[in-house]
Amino acid sequence: MRITRTVAGRSRRTAFMATTGLTAAALLLTGCGDSGSDSDEADADGNITLTLADFGQFGYKEAKLFEKYHELHPNITVKANTAAEEPVYYTKFLQQLNTGSGLADVQGIEVGRAKELVDTKADAFADLSKVIDTSQWVNWKALQATTDDGKVIGAGTDIGPMSICYRRDLFEQAGLPTDREEVAAKLAGGWEDYLKLGEEYKKKAPKGTFFMDSASAMYNGVVSSGSEQYYAKNGDPIYKESAGVKAGWKLASEAVDKKLTQGLAQFQDPWKAALRQGTMATVACPAWMAAQIATYSGDKYKGKWDIARTPGETAANWGGSFLSVPAKGKHVKEATELVKWLTAPEQQAAVFKAAGLFPSNKGAYDLPDVKTAKLEYFNNAPIGEIYAEEAQIIPAAVLGPKDGVIKDTFSKQINNMEQRGTEPDAAWDAAIKDIDKVVG
Amino acid sequence: MATTTPTRGAHGSRPGRRAPKPMTPGRQAWRSRLWRFDDKASPYAYIAPFFLVFGAFGLYPLVYTGWIALHKVEMTGLDQMEWVGWENFSTILQDSEFWTAVTNTFVIGVISTVPQLMVALGLAHLLNYKLRASTFWRTVILTPYATSVASAALVFALVFRADGGLLNWVLGFFGFGETNWVNGHWTSNIAIAVIVIWRWTGYNTLIYLAAMQAVPSDLYEAASLDGASRWQQFRNVTIPALRPTILFTIVISTIGSMQLFGEPLLLEGGTNGAQGGTEHQYETLSIYLYNYGWNLGHLGTAAAVAWAMLVLLLLIAAINWLIGRLGRKTAA
Repeated sequence: MRITRTVAGRSRRTAFMATTGLTAAALLLTGCGDSGSDSDEADADGNITLTLADFGQFGYKEAKLFEKYHELHPNITVKANTAAEEPVYYTKFLQQLNTGSGLADVQGIEVGRAKELVDTKADAFADLSKVIDTSQWVNWKALQATTDDGKVIGAGTDIGPMSICYRRDLFEQAGLPTDREEVAAKLAGGWEDYLKLGEEYKKKAPKGTFFMDSASAMYNGVVSSGSEQYYAKNGDPIYKESAGVKAGWKLASEAVDKKLTQGLAQFQDPWKAALRQGTMATVACPAWMAAQIATYSGDKYKGKWDIARTPGETAANWGGSFLSVPAKGKHVKEATELVKWLTAPEQQAAVFKAAGLFPSNKGAYDLPDVKTAKLEYFNNAPIGEIYAEEAQIIPAAVLGPKDGVIKDTFSKQINNMEQRGTEPDAAWDAAIKDIDKVVG
Repeated sequence: MATTTPTRGAHGSRPGRRAPKPMTPGRQAWRSRLWRFDDKASPYAYIAPFFLVFGAFGLYPLVYTGWIALHKVEMTGLDQMEWVGWENFSTILQDSEFWTAVTNTFVIGVISTVPQLMVALGLAHLLNYKLRASTFWRTVILTPYATSVASAALVFALVFRADGGLLNWVLGFFGFGETNWVNGHWTSNIAIAVIVIWRWTGYNTLIYLAAMQAVPSDLYEAASLDGASRWQQFRNVTIPALRPTILFTIVISTIGSMQLFGEPLLLEGGTNGAQGGTEHQYETLSIYLYNYGWNLGHLGTAAAVAWAMLVLLLLIAAINWLIGRLGRKTAA
C-alpha cells in the first residue's frame, strides 16, 4: 500500500513538473508571438491592420466601406470595434488617451465631447487640416473640431439635421394626415404644435401605442434648435437660465403631464424592444436616428415609417460625429489616409444611402446618392432634399466642454419624470445638482 | 534516516559538514559574527519581497491617493494638479449622494452578509454529516463562487428584469403584480444582495466546513454520551469551536460588501449602472467613487472618496474588534 502510494505520488509530481514546464514554455512562446504581432512593423508582405473604434452607428458596415477600402489597398485590413453606449465608450477613450495605450488607430468622437477634447487634449491627436480640406464641410461642422490655433482634431462624418419620423399606419388609424407635407404643415408652428398633434393623436390612438417614444428626445430637439444651448459665447455655462433649455424643459414636462410619451430611455433595451413591437407613433428624428429606427424596427415596419420636416421654421442640428487619429497610434499616416477616404463625398454619400447618416461634406450634396435619395424604409421619403436644405441653414451653435454630460443628465431626469413620476421641480433640482457636480 | 533538522546555533556553533579546520582566533570571530548576522538578517531578506511589492503596489498608491485627494485633478488633464486642501472632503461630506451611497452600502452589506453566513453555517453542518459523494456536493457548492461577477450579474439582471423577467413571471403566476425591481430603493438593494448571497454562500460554507472538521470528535462523543441532541451539539459544541472562524468570515464579508462594485454596476449596465441607478437608488460607495472619477472626471474628489471609504472600513473594523472582545469576555 505504502509503496504504491509513494510511486503514485512521485509520478504525479513528475506529471506536475512536466505540466508546469510545458506551460511555462508555452507562455514564453506565446509571449514572443504576442510581441511580434504587436510591433509597429508591417509583416513581411507589408500588410497592416488598422483598428477603428466607434459607438452607436457610423454606417461603414452597412455601406461595406471597409471591404471596399481593402480592395483599393490590398495590404490594409480595417477592423472596427463598436460600443453600444457613447458615454461608456467615451470614458474608456479618455482613460486610453491619458495612458496612451489601448487606443485604436482611428477613434470616433461624438459632437458633445468635441469641445472638451479640443480644449484639453488637442496634443493627443494628429492634425487633420494638413491632409483634409475642411472648407468642403458645412461651415459650422469644421469649427466644432478646430482649436484656436487652427488645428483640426476630427474629420466630420455625419450631421444631425432634425426631422420628425412618424408611423403612417398609426397616424391613419388615429385619423391624422399621413402625407409628409400635410404633417409638416401641421407642425409649422414649432414644437408646441407637435404637442397639439400629440393630443389629437391620443384621442383616437390605436390601443397600446404612444405618440412619442420619450419626452427627452423632444427636449433634445428643442434645445438643438438654439444657437446658444448650455454655454454662452464667452464660455460660461448657462444651463440654468438658457432660453432653449427652459423651453425644452417646459415642453417635456407638458408632454409627460399629458401622458403623450411611452417614457423610454433612448437606445436602451426597452426602447429598442418598443421599436420592434411598433408602439410609438413618432420619434424626434435627427438624420442618424432614422438609421437607428430602421435597424431596430425591422422588416415588419418597412415602408410604414415616414419622415416630415422638423417642426417650426428654425433648422436644428442634433448630434453628429467625427473621426480622429490619435497621435500616438502605430500607423498615423495610414490612419489619416483612411479617415480622409471615409469622410470624402463619395463615401459619405454611400453611408447615407446605406444607413441614412447625413453627410457633413457639402461635396456629397450634389451626388445622385444624396440629391435624389429616397429612403425605402421610410416610404421613399426624399431625405436628400429634406435634410440638405436644412443642413445649410443650421446656425453654428456654441459648444461647451461638458455638453454631452449635461444633455445626458437632463435627459435622465426627464426619464425619471416619465418612469418614476418625479415632480418636474424635483427633477429639475436633481438635474441642476448633478450638473453642478459635473461642471464644478 | 534522521529527519530532525539540527537547530542552527543551538549548540553555539554551526554543525559542520566536514571536520572543522583549525582556524586563527581572529578569523573564527569574524566568521561567527558573519554567522550571527546571517542568522538575524536573512529572515528579513526572505520576507522582503512581499513588503517591497506591497510598498510599490499597496502603500505608495495609498499615500499618493491621499496626496491627490488634496488637489483638484481632472481626468482631462492629469498633469495639472491644483492644491485645494480639504475642499474635496468637504465636497463629498456635503453631497447627499455620498450619504445615499453610505446607506446603500450598509443596507446591502447587512442584508447580504447576515443571511449568507447563517445559510453557510447550516450548509456546512449538513455537509459535515457522512454523505454519499460528499466531494461532489462540496464542489457543487463552490461553483457559484467560481462564476465571474459579470456572468452572475447578467443572469440575475434577466431574472430581475421588469418586463418579462423570470422573477416577475413566477410572481405573476401566484397573482402578484409586476415589480420594477431595479427602480425601487429596497427592491434594487434586495436584488443586489441576492446576487451577493448566491455567489459567496458556498465560499463561506467551505471555510466553515474546514473549521468544523478540525473540531475533535471526542467532544461530540462526550456530548452524545451526555444525551445532547444534534441541535444541542451544534449549538454547544460546533458554534463555540467555530467562533474565531465566524469572526474571520464576518471581517472578510464586511470588507467585501464595502467594496461591492460589479454587481450593482452590471445589474442595469451602461450609464445607469455606472451611476447606481437613475436616482442613485442602488449606488454603493465604490460606484460613487467610480462615478466621480470616470463619469464626472474629477479625480481629486474620487481620491477623497477612496480615503473616506478607508476610514469607514477602519471604523467598522474597530467596532467588530470591540464586539469580538466583549463576546470573548462574556463567554469567559
